[in-house]
Order: sequence, then C-alpha cells, then structure tokens
Amino acid sequence: MIRMNQVVKSYTTGKVDFTALKGIDLHIRKGELAAVIGPSGSGKSTLMNIVGCLDIPSSGEYMLEGSDVGQLSSNELAEIRNRKIGFVFQAFNLLPYATAYENVEVPLLFAGAKAKYRRERVIELLSRVGLANKVSNRPTEMSGGEMQRVAIARALANEPDVILADEPTGNLDSKSGGEIVKLFHELWESGKTIIMITHDNNIAATAERVIKLKDGMIDSNGLKARTSA
Amino acid sequence: MKIGIIYNVFLRDFRKQKKRIALTLIALVWGTISIMLLLGFGEGLHRQMTVNDKGLGEGIAIVWGGQTSIPFKGMGKGRRIRLNTDDLDYIKGRIPEIKEIGGQYDRWGVNLQYGDQVISEHCVGLTPNYRQMRNLNPQMGGRMINELDLKYKRRVIFLGDNVADRLMGGDEPIGKQIMLNSIPFTVVGVMAQKLQNSSYGGMDENQVSIPLTTFKAIFGDPYLDNIVYQISDVSRNEEIEKELYAVMGERYKFDPEDERALSVWDTVAGKKEFDQIMFGIQIFMGIIGGLTLLIAGVGVANIMYVSIKERTREIGIKMAMGARRSYILTQFLLEAILITFGGGVLGMALSYIMTEGFKRIPIESDVLDMMGRPTISLEIGLLVIVILSVMGILAGLFPAMRASSVNPVESLRYE
Ligand SMILES: Nc1ncnc2c1ncn2[C@@H]1O[C@H](COP(=O)(O)OP(=O)(O)OP(=O)(O)O)[C@@H](O)[C@H]1O
Ligand SMILES: [Mg+2]
Repeated sequence: MIRMNQVVKSYTTGKVDFTALKGIDLHIRKGELAAVIGPSGSGKSTLMNIVGCLDIPSSGEYMLEGSDVGQLSSNELAEIRNRKIGFVFQAFNLLPYATAYENVEVPLLFAGAKAKYRRERVIELLSRVGLANKVSNRPTEMSGGEMQRVAIARALANEPDVILADEPTGNLDSKSGGEIVKLFHELWESGKTIIMITHDNNIAATAERVIKLKDGMIDSNGLKARTSA
Repeated sequence: MKIGIIYNVFLRDFRKQKKRIALTLIALVWGTISIMLLLGFGEGLHRQMTVNDKGLGEGIAIVWGGQTSIPFKGMGKGRRIRLNTDDLDYIKGRIPEIKEIGGQYDRWGVNLQYGDQVISEHCVGLTPNYRQMRNLNPQMGGRMINELDLKYKRRVIFLGDNVADRLMGGDEPIGKQIMLNSIPFTVVGVMAQKLQNSSYGGMDENQVSIPLTTFKAIFGDPYLDNIVYQISDVSRNEEIEKELYAVMGERYKFDPEDERALSVWDTVAGKKEFDQIMFGIQIFMGIIGGLTLLIAGVGVANIMYVSIKERTREIGIKMAMGARRSYILTQFLLEAILITFGGGVLGMALSYIMTEGFKRIPIESDVLDMMGRPTISLEIGLLVIVILSVMGILAGLFPAMRASSVNPVESLRYE
C-alpha cells in the first residue's frame, strides 16, 4: 500500500541546509494500524506530510498503491488527497467561518458529489463521530475534542483507504483524547489503514505496530519486535 | 462537473465573507465617490462659469472715449476723444461686420420713488438693441425699451429685477407709475433674472433703463458714456477692433495706432482667455483625479491583498482536502470581480445620489450658484470602476496564486 525507498527531505532556511529525513525506507501494508513515535524534531510530521501528499520528498521514491507519487501532476495529487487519504491534524485545521456541517462537506464538494448525497453523507459522518447535535456549530463554538471529531468526520468523507493523523490527541485532555483513539480503533477494525503520530506511550502501545523515528531516520520499524515476540 | 464544484464552493464561501466584503466595498465605494465627486463638481463648475459668462452678452465689445497719446497731423497729444450718438450710425455704416451697435448714458444716484419708497439707483439711457446685445430680456408680461419709445422720447422705464423688488416689493410693476427725479415714468418691463459674473458700471439687476433720447432730454448729457457693439464672427474680433480705430481715427483725427484715444473692452478676447483658463483647470482636475484614482487604487489593492493573504491557511486546508489549484483561483477571481464591481457600481450610485441631492439644496446662495450643477459622467465612472477593479483583482489574485502553487503544508503553516 505505502512503500518508501530512501526518501530524503531537506529544508533550506537562509544559508543553512537542514535534512529532516535522511533516507527513509518504509513499508506499510493495507489494514495496518501503525503508531509513529520519536523525540520532538525527529521528522515525524515531515514524514507524515509526505505520506499524505501534502509535501514532496527532496529525493527518493514514494509509491502509493503502486503509483509513483513523484511523477504525478498537481491535479492527480489533489485527487489523491481528496479520495485516497484522510488527514487529521493536531491543530484541527477546520475552516473557521464554517459550521461543522460545512467543514465535513468540503472534501465532498471537491469530489463533485451531488447535493443530496452530500447532505446524507455529512449527517451520517457527524452522527458516527457523535456530533449529530452540533451540525450548525462553528469551530469557536465547540470543544477541542469536538473539533477533532469534526476533523475525523471530514477525513472520512470520501471513504479513503488511509487515515493519517499527526498527534490527533496532542491538543486534547486525556478523556477526549481517549475517545478519539477509540474512534481510530473502530476505523481500523472496519478495514482502514491507519498511521498515527503520538507522543503518548500508552496510545502507542495500543497500536499494532510502532515505528520509531530518531534524527530523521527510522530507529525501529516495529516489525522485528513483532516477529521476535 | 468542474463548474458545478466552483459554483457550489463559491456560493457557500461568499456568504461567509461579510466582514471582508464590507471592508473592501467601503474602500472601493470611497475611492469611486471621491473621484466622481471631484470630477463631477469640476465639470459642474466649468459649465456654470460658461453659463454665467454669457450674462454680460456674447460677442460684444464696449468702447469708451479716451485721450490721444500720439501727435497727429499737427495736433498735439492729450486731446480728449468723446463719443456721440452720431457715432453709432457712422461706425455701423463703415464696418459691416458689426451686427448691432448701441450706446448708453449713465447716471448714478438717480432718485426713484414708488409710493413711500424712495431709493437711489444707477440709471442708464440706452438703445433697444441692448436687449439682444446685453441680454436685457424682459420677464413675462413686460417688454424692453423699443424703437418707438426712442423715437417719441417716451417716459418709460425698464427695471432691473433687483431694483423692482426693492422699490415695489411684491407689487406687480408693469404699468405702474414711478417717479424718476420727480418725473413720472411708466414701468414697461422688468429684467428676467440672469447670472452675470462680469460687468462694467454695475450689475444689470441693479440698474434701471430708459430710452437714450428721453435720457438726453431730461439730463442733457452731451456725450455717450460708452458704445457697445456686437459682432457675428467672433474669430474676427481683433480685425474689427482695428477697423474701429481706423474709422474713428478718421472721424476724430487721431492716429489709428493710438491705443489711448479710445478704450475698448473686447469681451471676445476675454472669452478666449477664459476658455484657456478653463482648459487649464480641467487639466488640473484631471491630474488631481488621476492621483486620487491612484491612491484609491492602491487602497483597494491593499485591502484585497491583505484579505486574500489572510486566507492563505484556508487555501492550504482546501488544497489538503483535495481542491485543485484551478478551483481555488477561479473561486477567488469570482469573488474579487464581484466585490470590486459591486463596490464600483455602489460608489457610482452613491455619487449620483449625492450630486443630485446637492443640486436640490434649496438655499439661495451665490456660492452654490457658482458651484453649479455637479455632473457625473458615466464614461469616466466606468473607467474609474474598471481601473479600480483591475487593480483590486490583480492584488487579490496574486497571494491566491502563491498560496495555491506551493505544497499544501506551506500554506497550512501560515499564521
Ligand atoms: N519548513 C521547514 N523549514 C525548515 N525546517 C523545518 C521545516 N519543517 C520542519 N523543519 C525541521 O525539520 C525537523 C523535523 O520537523 P518535524 O516537524 O517533522 O518534527 P516532529 O518530529 O514532528 O516534531 P514534533 O514532535 O515536535 O512535532 C525539525 O528540526 C524542524 O525544525
Ligand atoms: Mg510534528
């Protein structure tokens, strides 16, 4: 499903070059639930953005469902972001002026879905994350946990195979964080591939596989541990 | 399908942008109004001054007697040249380009009495053709001094509208007797109100006119105070003035080159100068208008730029959710077009309402009269709207293009 070969990402700030990812080899199979852990600055978000096609590698190869992402046009990338991947951010990234309903509708609009289908789908998704009664609330009128559930509903809108979450519980208290993690587990059980960055070892422990990053390299990819166990 | 997507997103988001739209609209409306009013009042002033300028008369020159300053045929300088009623026919007979010619006697401090009311005014003895030469037109129901009045030295009087008000109050003046230095006169007409911004010897509304011959019989003035002539071909004003010097020089034996022998006020020359000044004012207004337009344009561009730049993160979110670059750009372009044109049209409408309202201010005032009727020009309005809109649209599209051309992470990181 997801396969990376020697993926490198470097940034240039002023005159200084900084390599955030120093050659990542990674393979994630369909239906896996993987947690990504590592110290701050180790390149977790950088990696996740590349997986989610929000950013492109400086070098190396990234294959998503058999197609080479590096070779795709910007419209094809937009299509992948729209249909194949659902992205959940630590900072929620909801449209501030839009209601919960309208935020969940965004990917459906860009997919060109019909009005009737959009309506049914948005209500269905918001019910699924337990927000059927907050349809008309704007982000400022919701708690952090509620906002993150809206974001998850939005990520699920076009039924993507892969859900990526960059510290989805980072801005939440442990109770609402726990609810979010529970949601991800349900999604995983329904067959989605899930990759989740977390700083919380308890959450990481619930994952099927734990990928550990350090200094822009994979410290352990979680496979050996499982085979040896 | 693509158009459907853009349409849906556009409609949905546009309603959410009330504050930004309001701000941009204000900038645009303000810009349009300032330029439209500036140019509108400029144009109104121009028209009004042109109209006022006709109050004295069109294509006329006024001639006074003078004193020779060059010795001529054995006669020394310093000889007085005075004008005479016989000069009128003499000049007309020799200079066919002169369409009308007339003369006047002036006397200030003439007592007028009607009932108990006594006032002291400027009295003019004149020829009937002052009506067309000097625009001494009667109000409805009355008439100007005519040829028969002149022939029979009738004691009839034509009142300036202001004098009529002061002397007779609200009474109907036509047909009434008034006393002029204790001599009874019949009022035959009152001058129709007119705008006059240049004069010699006072404003026409403040004088009374009687036939030239009657004046001579009563006051016995030996000489005319001045002669007025009117030409049909205003482009030949200078030649005709030269001819006048030649003809009069021959009659009174002075050097035709002696400019001091007569004094001539050629209003046509003044008019030409006036037109040049007006043209200069218009150029000036154009420059000021252009600069105002530039400032307004920069203001609009600034607001558009900032308000789109602020939405960088929104663009990042939409891109992350699968929006194509073209969707984003089309949406923002549509928004910008709608806002800028809406603002422009609104500004035009408001300018129109304001100028119309100004024209209806019921206060009587010379200043307001001079300001005249501000005139909004549709062509200039459209030009202003198009320029402001293009500046606004480009300024708004620029950050949208940038935000949609980078990887979504970069736009998402924007604070
Ligand atoms: N746009 C950028 N320009 C320059 N350097 C960057 C940029 N984005 C990330 N970096 C650098 O790359 C490194 C990895 O960043 P990244 O955000 O991937 O870390 P992270 O593992 O997600 O950390 P955290 O746990 O704090 O979120 C950091 O040292 C960061 O400074
Ligand atoms: Mg991070």
